[in-house]
Amino acid sequence: MATKTVIEAVRDAMHEEMSRDQNVLVMGEDIAERGGVFLATDGFVEDFGSARVIDTPLAESSIAGIALGAAVNGLRPIAEIEFADFIWPAMNQIVGEASKVRYGTAGKKYAPMVVRMPYGGGVRGGLYHSQSIDVVFAHQPGLHVVAPSTPYDAKGLLKSAIRSDDPVIFLEHKRTYRLVRGEVPDQEYTLPIGVADVKREGSDLTIVAFGLMVHYCLEAANMVAESDGIDAEIVDLRSLTPLDRDTILKSVRKTSKALVVQEDSLSYGVGAEIAATIATSAFEDLDAPVARLAGPDLPEMPFSPALEAEYMLSPEKIATAIRELAAY
Amino acid sequence: MSIDEATTRRTNSSKSDLSVPPLTDDDLLEMYRTMVLSRTLDERVWLLNRQGKAAIVASAQGHEGAQMGAVKASDPTRDHYLIYYREFCTMMALGVTPTEMLLGFLAKEGEPMSSARQFPLHGSLDRVDIVSFSNVVATQMPHAVGFALADQIREIDAVTIAYFGDGASSMGDTHESMNFAAIHKLPVVFFCENNRYAISVPQSKQMAIESIADRAEAYGMPGVMVDGMDAVAVYEVMYLAIENARNGGGPTLVEARVERFYPHTSDDDHTRYRSDEEIETMTSRDPIEVMEEMLSSRDVLGAARKEQIWESAQRIVDEATQAAESAPLPQPTGDNDIYKHLYADSNGD
Repeated sequence: MATKTVIEAVRDAMHEEMSRDQNVLVMGEDIAERGGVFLATDGFVEDFGSARVIDTPLAESSIAGIALGAAVNGLRPIAEIEFADFIWPAMNQIVGEASKVRYGTAGKKYAPMVVRMPYGGGVRGGLYHSQSIDVVFAHQPGLHVVAPSTPYDAKGLLKSAIRSDDPVIFLEHKRTYRLVRGEVPDQEYTLPIGVADVKREGSDLTIVAFGLMVHYCLEAANMVAESDGIDAEIVDLRSLTPLDRDTILKSVRKTSKALVVQEDSLSYGVGAEIAATIATSAFEDLDAPVARLAGPDLPEMPFSPALEAEYMLSPEKIATAIRELAAY
Repeated sequence: MSIDEATTRRTNSSKSDLSVPPLTDDDLLEMYRTMVLSRTLDERVWLLNRQGKAAIVASAQGHEGAQMGAVKASDPTRDHYLIYYREFCTMMALGVTPTEMLLGFLAKEGEPMSSARQFPLHGSLDRVDIVSFSNVVATQMPHAVGFALADQIREIDAVTIAYFGDGASSMGDTHESMNFAAIHKLPVVFFCENNRYAISVPQSKQMAIESIADRAEAYGMPGVMVDGMDAVAVYEVMYLAIENARNGGGPTLVEARVERFYPHTSDDDHTRYRSDEEIETMTSRDPIEVMEEMLSSRDVLGAARKEQIWESAQRIVDEATQAAESAPLPQPTGDNDIYKHLYADSNGD
């Protein structure tokens, strides 16, 4: 076992898959000599050559669309979008096109492509380097949406994403890149897409989260355990599509209370889907209404530190929500 | 610029040693037969639409010469055809049968492209690599470039033809795709069928230039404008472009100047935006008649043979109509379960 950061795990996953399969390539802005703005592809152009490590023009729609065409015609492209905030010009090629290839050809063509992107806030990114864009993809059948929180999960899930015969949106929370460290096995492994993971076992209430929020929830859970003796269970979704409803429901049936924590703004978010799932399938097990803690319904988090902190969730805000739910 | 003035004009041509194989009488007759069949079937589908049987049709009447010439210049055993919705004659030239075409327009069981999930001409075909994922114009442009990129990386000897209209030439995806293809010298040919209308918007409101092919120079690739009403002229231009791409010479932008004889689709009314005079005169030059004149001048199309070809087309279309009309509509069970083919493991259960 070696201790790695999330960004190292991402890099290792891609490097291993490119070494294993000639058809895997990476394409995106600043990914060759620069190695990517977060260094996810550091050294790749030296190891694999410029034909498989393609610096593209600043043109997100064609990054996604060319990756899609190449995927249908035999390659396994990994398209990197430099920041998730820059994805919008590519939405037509991903939501409009990639999601429908298999369906619209009745299974004759398919698109084994991965679109990776750093997302999320708390990094002084302002309106255009902080966005959470998870729910716009999660709403689109035909895509898989993966959002890991730890180095172990990131590596195992990214390898599965690259091997998947369906388009996978791979969301990497940029604040976790170097903040979060964890053990990663030296030997080869993959993790199945669509299986949630209980990151903390507990008996009093269930918290459902993904990405950076998993770590904030873990901190909050430790705080309330110490201060109030509340024992929270934390379900890390790891993938939004497919959504592992069974693991969520199993936990809620055990604890009888649920708090969904999402970094993105509240309305129509991932939390709404999970709250509805719990209300529909575990209503009689509940001792309290399902609680949601989310970003405010504002376009995005502001740049200046105190303003950003007002928008962004924190372990303290989550601890408060846990105490309120526990007291219900 | 009128089509008559659009004799083949090249910009930024690279010097080429390629020569175009001349078409034989048999080649030309076969092309003519296909164009006549396409026209006859196209007319039939329009009627089926007016009878309420075909939900929508985008006619290719006026585009047949360009479409036939382009296919003739390619190699269906290995090339990729990323078409758009008006490629009626392209489909038929690539061997899609009239019955298969009609199964698409009537949304019937057995439709080969999308199992009738999509509009006619959308989806993909197995026996020839015809691909059209989307109704949204220009989305196929980056797909085509991706196809070509995959072939280049895997060293597969195939050329991709990206079909589009003048309307799609305004989309950002078209710009991004041409730019990327030129940078990497990808084996793709951008084939624009310019009928000078994006639904109702005339070319003068779409661009300030006269020829879309002029844009090629700015991307660093050859651009050729050709009379799209002349199938043989298109064949010659497309042959050079395709073989140049096949030999590592990179992309070419070909603009075939055509006429759109019918409104944009069966849901459009072009009398709202085309003058009576324009509608009257636009059919004065017809790609099928251009072909007939050429065949006559070579003494291979007399009156009797011509009549026989048109009658044969009528018979084939009648039979296809009967077959397609009697085919069942797909029901959402079994192979047509609408939950199938969402993901690799979606079997509809």
